[in-house]
Amino acid sequence: MAMDISEVEEFARKCRVEIVKMVHRAQAGHPGGSLSEIDLISALYATRLRVKPENPDWNDRDRFILSKGHASPGMYAILAEMGFISHEDLKSYRVKGGVCQGHVDMKWCPGVDFSAGSLGMGLSFGMGCAIAAKLDGSNRNAYVMVGDGEIQEGSVWEAAMAATHHELGNLKLFVDCNGIQNDDFCEAQMRMFDIPAKWNAFGWAVKVIDGHDMTSIVEAIDWMDSIQDKPAVVIAKTIKGKGVSFMENNPAFHGAAPSDEQLAQALSELGVEA
Amino acid sequence: MSRMAATRDGYGDALLALSDNPKVVVLEADLGKSTKSLHFRKAHPERTVSCGIGEQNMLLVAAGMASNGYIPFASTFAIFTERAFEQMRNGVARPNLAVHLCGSHGGTHTGTDGSSAQSIEDLAIYRTLPNVVVMHPCDDVSTKALTMQLPDLGKPSYMRTARNKTPVLYDGKEDDIQIGKGVVLREGSDVAIIACGVLVHESLEAAEKLSAEGIEATVVDMHTIKPLDTDLIDALAEKCGAIVTAEDHSVIGGLGGAVAEHVVGSTPVPIEKIGVQDRFGESAGAEEMLEMMGLKSHHICDAVKNVIARKV
Repeated sequence: MAMDISEVEEFARKCRVEIVKMVHRAQAGHPGGSLSEIDLISALYATRLRVKPENPDWNDRDRFILSKGHASPGMYAILAEMGFISHEDLKSYRVKGGVCQGHVDMKWCPGVDFSAGSLGMGLSFGMGCAIAAKLDGSNRNAYVMVGDGEIQEGSVWEAAMAATHHELGNLKLFVDCNGIQNDDFCEAQMRMFDIPAKWNAFGWAVKVIDGHDMTSIVEAIDWMDSIQDKPAVVIAKTIKGKGVSFMENNPAFHGAAPSDEQLAQALSELGVEA
Repeated sequence: MSRMAATRDGYGDALLALSDNPKVVVLEADLGKSTKSLHFRKAHPERTVSCGIGEQNMLLVAAGMASNGYIPFASTFAIFTERAFEQMRNGVARPNLAVHLCGSHGGTHTGTDGSSAQSIEDLAIYRTLPNVVVMHPCDDVSTKALTMQLPDLGKPSYMRTARNKTPVLYDGKEDDIQIGKGVVLREGSDVAIIACGVLVHESLEAAEKLSAEGIEATVVDMHTIKPLDTDLIDALAEKCGAIVTAEDHSVIGGLGGAVAEHVVGSTPVPIEKIGVQDRFGESAGAEEMLEMMGLKSHHICDAVKNVIARKV
């Protein structure tokens, strides 16, 4: 699927609409981190990822591992736009028997490559996918998305060190730096200081971008894919809740649903006509 | 005198024997020399993934490889697998990815390294995970036979091996070993001794001593703790009317716990559990540890007499 920048922006806008609808319908879930990550994942799926929605288990597909698995509404919105699941399936978010489990789950939902839920696990899993691709002699990539709060988990750094040791040029990471975690701003919970310097020190190729500027994102993905001798990380400065004014940069919307009135306002801000 | 060997050597031999399958991969956390995956590494460095001293990462790298069609065998000390328990739970067991985890140096028999290295809870914790097969074989032959069956299992597993040598029981009898099936090593109708790992040999020794006193015991090598061979246990409960379990593991939640949980709901009979009595070990020789923890054949004999006295 090759889209130009404005088409990818429209793709992301449609996903934002589905995110707020899903969380409102379930009256639970994580809108803030879904809205911060969505421009990055939209660009990845709409312009780059080699996948076949009609054959989700195609072994030579690129893998996408959403390690911050609570931000599942973003993932489900993408999968619906891509055609892995239907828009009707989105109504099953957090509903008994639904393909859209609370946290993304490879056993429940077509197109999901990793069963997430506990933070700090996806980069290691992606590393396993990357090693398998090399053993297969395949040029498929493993792309992983973590949150900035998530990198407080020590196991992330086990993986960061190991991926460089194994020279995994087919492992690509996004860090969604929205600056907010469950209880409060990251600055209050656990200051991480110079995040790019940390990845540099672990031997990764590092690029810092505005995670809501679609041109920068697409260029960053091009850059990532050009790195072949070591793992590459795009550190994206994002805004938690991006696109819905009252959710933006608001820790209260890490894991809270909008009311009926708030939904109406959110949809209006996202360009949905009443 | 029978041949002596350590179960971890059976594991290492099996990995090498399995290496003809190009999908078999080995993951290490800086203990390949100890768990014996080193033989595979030397023969197939391209299919061996060093994870450094990082067990949490190792379990999930293995999960990622399994999701791509590989058959990963990851090993470290039993105790260090435990720091990756949540990775095993959420990253391996929950998506039912066929990662095969081996924890060597399990139990107090590990000896002089002391209590930090003597896992006495591994069988209990892995047994609680849906989809996970849990094994603790008693000799190198059965360890190899069980490991050779794992590529066809199609689900995750945990196997505990031991550091130190014990008598070999299965030379020439590899075909007797099947995942999920207990092996009756000796027949008797007064009591059933159900054992695993290093205590299988102790149980056989106990049975010989008891026989001299007129007590005939059935001895079972229950190398698979999960799924438990409940048909065999029910038949033995019916036949013998009393059970002693024996393991180098806490009496809480391991083989004894599994047998008791089953029997109470099917054929309730008196049970005595030989195992570590809710305490930590210390530095001592392997045999000294078994004595200190109450795991020797004479302790098993005492338990047998106690349980027979409780028969109704």
